[in-house]
Amino acid sequence: MPHGLAFDIAHLLAGGLVLMSFLLLYQVRLYAMLNIFALHALVLALSVAWQALVQGAPHLYITALIALVFKAITIPVALHRIIQRLGIHREIETVVGIGPTMLVGMGLVALAMVVMLPVTANADALAREDLAFALSVVLLGLLVMVTRRNAVSQVVGFMSLENGLVLAATGAKGMPLVVEISVAFSILIAFIVIGIFLFRIRERFDTVDLQALDRFRGERR
Amino acid sequence: MALAAVLATMLGQLAVALLAIGLAGRGAWAGSVLYAASAAAGAIATLAALASLLAAPAPPETLILPFGLPWLGAHLRLDALAAFFLAVVNFGGAIAALYGIGYGAHEPSPRRVLPFFAAFLAAMNLVVLADDAFTFLLAWECMSLLSWALVMAHHHSAANRAAGHVYLTMAGFGTLALLLAFGLLAGPAGDYGFAAIRSAPLTPWLGGGALLLAVLGTGSKAGLVPLHVWLPLAHPAAPSHVSALMSGVMTKVALYGLIRILFDLLGPPPGWASMVLLAAGGATAVLGVLQALMQSELKRLLAYSTIENIGVICVGLGLAIAFQANGMTAASALAMTAALCHIANHALFKSLLFLGAGAVLTATGERDLERLGGLIHRMPQTSFLFLIGAVAIAALPPLNGFVSEWLTFQAVLLSPVLPHWGLKIMVPAVGGLLALATALAAACFVKAFGIAFLGRARSAAAATAQEVEPTRLVAMALLALACLLIGLLPGYVIDGLAPVTRDLLGAVMPAQPAAPWQPIVPVVASRSSYSGLLVFLFIGVSASLAALVIHRVASHAVRRAPAWDCGYPEPSPLAQYSAGSFAQPLRRVFGTSIFRAREQVTMPLPGDLRPARFALQMRDLVWEGLYLPLAAAIGYAAERLNALQFLTIRRYLGMVFLALVTLLLVLALWPSF
Repeated sequence: MPHGLAFDIAHLLAGGLVLMSFLLLYQVRLYAMLNIFALHALVLALSVAWQALVQGAPHLYITALIALVFKAITIPVALHRIIQRLGIHREIETVVGIGPTMLVGMGLVALAMVVMLPVTANADALAREDLAFALSVVLLGLLVMVTRRNAVSQVVGFMSLENGLVLAATGAKGMPLVVEISVAFSILIAFIVIGIFLFRIRERFDTVDLQALDRFRGERR
Repeated sequence: MALAAVLATMLGQLAVALLAIGLAGRGAWAGSVLYAASAAAGAIATLAALASLLAAPAPPETLILPFGLPWLGAHLRLDALAAFFLAVVNFGGAIAALYGIGYGAHEPSPRRVLPFFAAFLAAMNLVVLADDAFTFLLAWECMSLLSWALVMAHHHSAANRAAGHVYLTMAGFGTLALLLAFGLLAGPAGDYGFAAIRSAPLTPWLGGGALLLAVLGTGSKAGLVPLHVWLPLAHPAAPSHVSALMSGVMTKVALYGLIRILFDLLGPPPGWASMVLLAAGGATAVLGVLQALMQSELKRLLAYSTIENIGVICVGLGLAIAFQANGMTAASALAMTAALCHIANHALFKSLLFLGAGAVLTATGERDLERLGGLIHRMPQTSFLFLIGAVAIAALPPLNGFVSEWLTFQAVLLSPVLPHWGLKIMVPAVGGLLALATALAAACFVKAFGIAFLGRARSAAAATAQEVEPTRLVAMALLALACLLIGLLPGYVIDGLAPVTRDLLGAVMPAQPAAPWQPIVPVVASRSSYSGLLVFLFIGVSASLAALVIHRVASHAVRRAPAWDCGYPEPSPLAQYSAGSFAQPLRRVFGTSIFRAREQVTMPLPGDLRPARFALQMRDLVWEGLYLPLAAAIGYAAERLNALQFLTIRRYLGMVFLALVTLLLVLALWPSF
């Protein structure tokens, strides 16, 4: 099936987002992880901008701008400063080894393809691929959250999950701007809340390793 | 007209309940006035319901009240079936309230009884009148919860609290089953009005599911084995007039639900349903009466006997389904009439017996038969009335118990004509179980009356008992009179039930002769007939003649002499025949297998002065085999799931993740999405 250049580039950018998610998955240093996350958001911004161009929907440029300003610049910088101020240990303890995590990640991408492609058989090719990639990014983001012990890396996982949602939202034609903006702002607010929590946790327990919290929850573990 | 009258009396009961909240503690007069008002309301409702039943075949009265679900309202309907059950409910309620006038003076906490009592009566009326599933379930749940509150009236005893717990659990289960049954009945359109349910037939599978759920739901309230476990705990725990109401009336409301769903809402029930009811009924009758025989506590014994009678009624209903499914409408009308007749009769004599047990409890403070005895000298009127109830429930002619059980057996005897081979074998077997249960019930009530009222007093309380107040005696006497009248003139009852069977089955029993002395004819006169009046006259004349001859030939004088003591003069009344010793032969025959009864006698060594010891061990296999494992399984699962409350944040995230992936996998692997 021949596709035009528009499809190829959209495909490339969405695939790049999945690749960035995989990169996130095997980072063991916090700063590196933040840099990859910034790259993740940058690819998202590019992808959204390309969609805006292809679909001829100027409001998507705003979405791309939000992604660029907030996610690729503001949030990583803020997280950098948080890490510096808190003096957080920069190595991330993972729960499962990197190798198995990567294998699970591949399985998840395969699952996303298998689920999405038959469901969207009637949609146009661009939206199909976009949705499948978006679901992969969401699942990989969840995987990052599940396999990390450090609170900051969980925040990053959550943010990358949200990037997947935005990708899905922009891939489908006719998604109103209001939805995208509200999603973006809710993420921002979630980031602020989580950031405040990070400071509080740190203040109280002297660490942001979530395992330390478990001792204080209820009468047993 | 009748519907409006019944509604007015229900409002009256609610007003009594509200007033009782404020007034019940103010003194004995307030309680008396309120109970009297409740009794009057019950009496008016009884008359209205009877008038409506006799006025049939008038079209059913309907009414839509503007409360309940906003788009549905509360639909009410008074047809012949509802009128019959309203009469049963309200007569029982009126008598219990009349009895309550005397009882209330002894109640330590009237506020815990009187408000719930009146509201309970109103709720039972509403169950019978309901014409949509929502109103029905609402009233049903009100009935359950209010009776639970009454069971918990004397909540200081731990046994009562345990009984309340079991009752609440079983009531919740029953309502859940009914909720699901109505969900199936309403179908995908979800119209919960009974009229819509009636007109929309279900597929056999859905209908079968609804039928089984309805049997479970109503059976758990009525006390079908194995859902009966709460009944012998909860009924005795309540105050006695409430016990009478729960045992005599509330179980009948449950059966009303069963009849309404099976015969009315589901359309003609499928033939296999009869097997379910016959098997459950037969097992319930025998197990109930055997348990009753083993009891030494009077109210518990009565509660188990209720289970037996529910079994008898269910066999009647099962027979009605079996005959109807095979096109034998006349026989099916006979079986249905027998079941309805037994419903009314059991409500009468079980209420009478519970009220009698309540009188004994007030007079002596004892529930245990082993501490009663000789009450016939101290409480002659109560004894006589209790005896009438015992004779009636033992199904002896000429009282009413005989009539309905005889009709049931007439229906059983028609079974060889059934074409279905399974039923051909099953019905006689169930008939055998029924005969066994009837005979054992007679033995059970010989024990109950003999041990409690005859012989010598086994405790100081029994020796100094005083007769109860006249109002209570009047209440019991009215029930005894009703028992006698139905026994003597059963033809009128059968004719009165004709509209009900015509509505439900489209058939009626043959019209009974108008003259009271002519015998009733269940099928044809050449087959069998029975005249209660003639039997009564014969018994009366022959007994009087015998008494006359004995007094003429033997002696005029009444002599009092010590009872013959087998040449072993033992002064203690404990050496008398006891409840346990009366039941011992039957326990050895049946109890060894059914209750795993084990007797152990420990004899002292020769020369040792210790008394010999006798230990008896019995087990309730239904409780141990079904409920304890179930409770253990639930406890185990809860214990395991409890750990989920204490997971780490990462584990919770992991669970969300796993759930998502599992759902996606299902979606991916589902063959035909």
